[in-house]
Amino acid sequence: MSTMTGEFSPSDKEAWRRGYRRERKRKSTLVAILSTVGFSVVLWLAVTHSPGWKTAQETFLSGHEFRSDTGDIFRGLLIDLKLLLICEPCILALALIIAVMRTSVSPVLAPLRIGCALYVDIFRGCPMIILLYLSAEGIPSLRLHHVTNSALVWGAVAIIVSYSAYVTEVMRSGIQSVHPSQRAAARSLGLTQRQSLRLVVLPQAVRNVIPALLNDFVALQKDVGLISIVGAVADAINRATTDNDTNFNFTPFVIAAILFILLAAPSGRFADAYARRALSRQQAGVVV
Amino acid sequence: MTAPVLEVRNVHKHYGDARILNGIDLEVGDGQAVVLIGGSGSGKSTLLRCINLLEVVTDGEIVLEGDEITDPRVNVDAVRRRIGVVFQAFNLFPHMTALQNVALAPRVVGKRSKAEAEERGRELLARVGLAEHADSYPDRMSGGQQQRTAIARALANEPRLLLLDEVTSALDPELVGEVLDLIGELKDQGMTILMATHEMGFAHRVANEICFLDAGMVAESGPPEQVLDEPTHPRLQQFLSRVLRH
Repeated sequence: MSTMTGEFSPSDKEAWRRGYRRERKRKSTLVAILSTVGFSVVLWLAVTHSPGWKTAQETFLSGHEFRSDTGDIFRGLLIDLKLLLICEPCILALALIIAVMRTSVSPVLAPLRIGCALYVDIFRGCPMIILLYLSAEGIPSLRLHHVTNSALVWGAVAIIVSYSAYVTEVMRSGIQSVHPSQRAAARSLGLTQRQSLRLVVLPQAVRNVIPALLNDFVALQKDVGLISIVGAVADAINRATTDNDTNFNFTPFVIAAILFILLAAPSGRFADAYARRALSRQQAGVVV
Repeated sequence: MTAPVLEVRNVHKHYGDARILNGIDLEVGDGQAVVLIGGSGSGKSTLLRCINLLEVVTDGEIVLEGDEITDPRVNVDAVRRRIGVVFQAFNLFPHMTALQNVALAPRVVGKRSKAEAEERGRELLARVGLAEHADSYPDRMSGGQQQRTAIARALANEPRLLLLDEVTSALDPELVGEVLDLIGELKDQGMTILMATHEMGFAHRVANEICFLDAGMVAESGPPEQVLDEPTHPRLQQFLSRVLRH
């Protein structure tokens, strides 16, 4: 294969085409800025000139509440964050194990396969709030010996169980997306079924579903807040509810919402960037 | 005369009502190259898949170096280590570099250390002329380079028999030559080969024996001069006139 090297100077026609494209790009940027600013002004005027604005502002966006409650709710958010960082690895590990069992063909594992299918049906079907009540309120009420009665721990268990049922299906679709010829190639080399799975199928399977996993991770970031329904856990939403109970001002909820959005934004951007990179890689003329 | 490396005796393969193989008999002697030719659907790929135990035969037996490998009690992983396979679509592992692809079997199957396996991998890549592509991923290599990597990978377990399933069919005409040359070299070095191909010129030059498959049976077989130059079976005459016309 030969590659041309050296100076390349575009023709007059190409130079004009480049100038034209630059000019058009400048124009669209300007239009985008103007329309965004115009739309924001209209929205702002419409909201602030509505008849109930004064009361709504005091109830939902009270400056005093912002100053007094933000610190407290932020400390609650740290509990949500801790929960997130503990739950996510457990969810991924559990989901991977169950997905591998569900896609196995060994006759010995038949009862396990049925068990895994049941697991997914039950915990994906059961609303997470109910699961949280049953686990975080129900299990400690049994006052079991030698087992923790911490509502936080049992709440985390409910979240892990519920989410892993979803993530299992994501992992399973990843495993099934790897072409059977890859397994055939691995087996032809003399790799055992287990070695083929671990070294050839799973690495490709997980790579194929990373965008979907990131999406589930973003969803989990806010769903850990559902643990607030368990009274004993003072997470961000729980604290916002307590603050709201004292004076019926809803500003704490707005504060909690803003904090959750700020928490989720980086992962959302990361997921976008990852998807973009995968796309540009696919379009680079990759054959395999 | 030594016993053949591979004996296929009266092998049948049915998928439900579809009877793909209907009593195949053939032998591949030590250091020989036997070429399977025939139209699509004649059973070439199915036969190769049966020999590699990727398919279970419906009847008949396959014997590798005196061991009947169609015995259900046989350890399939151990049998596959003695057979190298190269596929039409390469089937390289896309998440591994060329070196990792080639060093996988020595490391996992041959139980060698990482360093030893890599050294073995580099030797194999050098043998197929790809020493400087060790760190390339498959999607950065040409089709010919990918297929040569796949051949190196198939040699990793030092197999007694190499199965090649239309290994040049997915390549640009320009790249076919480099892969065929490599296969010719392996034959000269004493490798025992059973290959399905449509490259008649190559078959004529390299094959010790050519088997023409038709409707899942060996319709005609013999040395290339006989089978390709003086075909007697009408289906073979028809097949050759179609293949050689352009």
